[in-house]
Amino acid sequence: MRKTTTVKHREPLIHIAKRDDMAAWQAWLIRLAAILIGFFVMSAVLTALASTSSGKDLSFGDILERLSRSVFGRLFEGKFSQLWKFLQETAVLLCLSLAVTPAFKMKFWNCGAEGQALFGGLAAMFCMINLGGKVPEPVLVPLVILASIIGGAVWGVIPAIFHAYYRTNETLFTLMMNYVATQIVAYYVYANGQGSNVINPVSTGALPVIGGQQYLLNVLIVTLLTVLTYVYLRFSKQGYEVSVVGESQNTARYIGINVKKVIIRTMIISGALCGIAGMLLVAGKDHSINTATVGGQGFTAIMVSWLGQFNPYIIAAMAALVSFLQIGAAGAADAYFLNSAYADVMVGVVVLCLVACEFFIRYTVKFRHSKKGGALA
Amino acid sequence: MAQKAAIELKNITKAFGSVVANKDVCLTVNKGEILSILGENGSGKTTLMNMIAGIYFPDEGQIFIDGEEVVIASPKDAFDYKIGMIHQHFKLVDIFTATENIVLGLEDGKFDLKNAEKQVHDICEKYGFEVDPKKKIYTMSVSEKQTVEIIKVLYRGADILILDEPTAVLTPQETQRLFDVLRRMRDDGKAIIIITHKLHEVLSLSDKVAVLRKGEYVGTVNTAETNEAQLTEMMVGKKVELNIHRSEPKDAVPRLEVHHIDCSNREGVKVLDDVSFIANAGEILGVAGIAGSGQRELLEAIAGLQRLDSGAVLYNNPKTGNMENLTTKTPLQIRELGVRLSFVPEDRLGMGLVGNMDIVDNMMLRSYRRGKSVFLERKGPKDLAEHIIEELEVVTPSASTPVRRLSGGNVQKVLVGREIAASPTVLMAAYPVRGLDINSSYTIYNLLNEQKERGVAVIFVGEDLDVLLELCDRIMVIGSGRITGVVDARTATKEQIGLLMTKTEALTWEGGEDRA
Repeated sequence: MRKTTTVKHREPLIHIAKRDDMAAWQAWLIRLAAILIGFFVMSAVLTALASTSSGKDLSFGDILERLSRSVFGRLFEGKFSQLWKFLQETAVLLCLSLAVTPAFKMKFWNCGAEGQALFGGLAAMFCMINLGGKVPEPVLVPLVILASIIGGAVWGVIPAIFHAYYRTNETLFTLMMNYVATQIVAYYVYANGQGSNVINPVSTGALPVIGGQQYLLNVLIVTLLTVLTYVYLRFSKQGYEVSVVGESQNTARYIGINVKKVIIRTMIISGALCGIAGMLLVAGKDHSINTATVGGQGFTAIMVSWLGQFNPYIIAAMAALVSFLQIGAAGAADAYFLNSAYADVMVGVVVLCLVACEFFIRYTVKFRHSKKGGALA
Repeated sequence: MAQKAAIELKNITKAFGSVVANKDVCLTVNKGEILSILGENGSGKTTLMNMIAGIYFPDEGQIFIDGEEVVIASPKDAFDYKIGMIHQHFKLVDIFTATENIVLGLEDGKFDLKNAEKQVHDICEKYGFEVDPKKKIYTMSVSEKQTVEIIKVLYRGADILILDEPTAVLTPQETQRLFDVLRRMRDDGKAIIIITHKLHEVLSLSDKVAVLRKGEYVGTVNTAETNEAQLTEMMVGKKVELNIHRSEPKDAVPRLEVHHIDCSNREGVKVLDDVSFIANAGEILGVAGIAGSGQRELLEAIAGLQRLDSGAVLYNNPKTGNMENLTTKTPLQIRELGVRLSFVPEDRLGMGLVGNMDIVDNMMLRSYRRGKSVFLERKGPKDLAEHIIEELEVVTPSASTPVRRLSGGNVQKVLVGREIAASPTVLMAAYPVRGLDINSSYTIYNLLNEQKERGVAVIFVGEDLDVLLELCDRIMVIGSGRITGVVDARTATKEQIGLLMTKTEALTWEGGEDRA
């Protein structure tokens, strides 16, 4: 009569069901496991590759040792210079990640940290070269810092104004501003490099060395910024407005928040923090500038901010993880004559594992015959 | 006709994570019978129907069609078993004609619109549908679109029809017409399942009623042997007082005056056309109308969220006795004038609240600016949150739970609670009981009444005419952005309001006829 008798459908093999009952510690355990799986798998691959390229029979342990030595150096022999380099890298990456976080919380996709940092660094360099020797050091250093803050803020606020008033796409706008900043720096280097296309390190206006450690001040500044960013986002009225605008512009308007003002103000903050990161690189490390000074960390920062779920403390941990992988894998790859791109591949795979594991935090997978299983419990 | 089961469900269970949406549900629908599925929001009605329609797959249980066990794993399977579902949200292509939409997606080899049109015409004749097969969807009213959806499933040969809340978008007259058609289909031997939470519709239309409560199957009763009180008790689990207490307005003075406002949307289409009215203190002014007739824009215009093309909004300040002009003011400026205007918007989580924030942070939305400090003060909002949770019986794990995790009724209690806590002089509420269970709905009605008795001018936009007639003092009817009538809620009838809802010409305004 009808098809009923002939149609035989089988129950699907697996269902995916949502869950929202996982405790926070369980979720973090899963994330930690994901990081370790990614890390060990990529280290094993590195062992095999390095054995082939170097012609030696390397063990897994050799590679792990190489990785950690690249990051921490010979700590047990009392040599800390390698560790300080790691801390410096982490500090700059963290500073950039903190910078994009308020913008991201507002759902303003600031992809211009690279350019904002570079422009802030350029402003610092400009002061160091042009005011060096003309004003006393105790005045010059604050001026350098101020200039970098203003430089970064200007570079950040331009896309914000256009976004607020003309609804331009902030992602494209901030990305494009990166290229403009790079080209301005390229021109500046050309104009000031006396034909060599390199600006010789300038010592005037550089950040002072404290405690005998060149990078100690940088690390302290970023530590302070981490706490300040946390307090700003969590406890200040402005931080609250940022969250409301990010969650729903309709709600923001409904309670009388001036959305345009918040967008512009937040991007000034975001740009200013990027400017400080640029200053840390120029006045706190290189004492010079070139187009690769920020070196792509402005883009890595986007990922770090997301991985840290926009919480400055988790972001700090993620920045340390990412720099550990970057420096460690690059060092190990280098030692065995491998392409340094392996470092990027390793970071990519570990991050991918971390992102993918969210699936197991949010969903459970049930198989066909586990009907009486614990899903209902 | 012999009683023969068209579809039978046995012990159907479905869970989403830890939430059990349906537990051990058993149902039987015979051929030539209309079954109503009655239950409050969140009781699992739609989930159950989606399992019959092949959208979800049950965790446990069996489905029988014509006495044989079947597995429905996709909408395609459901179609093979001649099951057709009419969803709450229509799935039609706007620029196609009725017929084109009806044949869309059918794979029967040839594409013969002429023949299809004739068949559509025959179906219309048979069941008494009133629709032009050549009419384009975008020129149709909501009820015509619904008709097209029903014809679509009939054209595909459905013998079992499922309608999900079909009357939610219809006027009383249109509802009547739909019911006539459904009765004719029943007489033709179709099995019809209709999902609803309106009791009087259940009683007038169906042969049997199946009741669900919190995902559990309570039972099936014959409509002829039951009454409203019994059904409510089955639905809620306890006896509920279904009367709304309505007091006479005291010292009703004009509080808010709206003079000839015009308003256009982003596309430049006029959404409010010469709207004028007065809301009195100590009175509930109801606003009735088909959804999308300009109710939202009207409230947003008063709250300072909509740009007006012309007209004025005036507020009679009870403290100073001055008339404040609210036209062109932003929400913040209105508040700074000392106007205590509270607004419960239609879109609770998209406008009234922030879904990802917890209850305490949502309490702060109105008050966070207070004080000179740059830091937030969370103590007051926390106390307020705890007070509201206790007073309004909000079901939540704690005050620091994100509001999006709460059920619809609890979300609404949080929002209304916050708006009332601001001790308003004007309280506007748009569809405040949409999606709420009966108990929560009555909590909200009582809150509105309480505010009215305190001398607040309450403006209540509602969709259930029975409630509007019981709760309000006056009812203003809005149709296509115009005020088509203002009636006294104590004497008006549903039919009268229904007619005004579809009327297109504006009320001839006889110099403030409704001034108190």
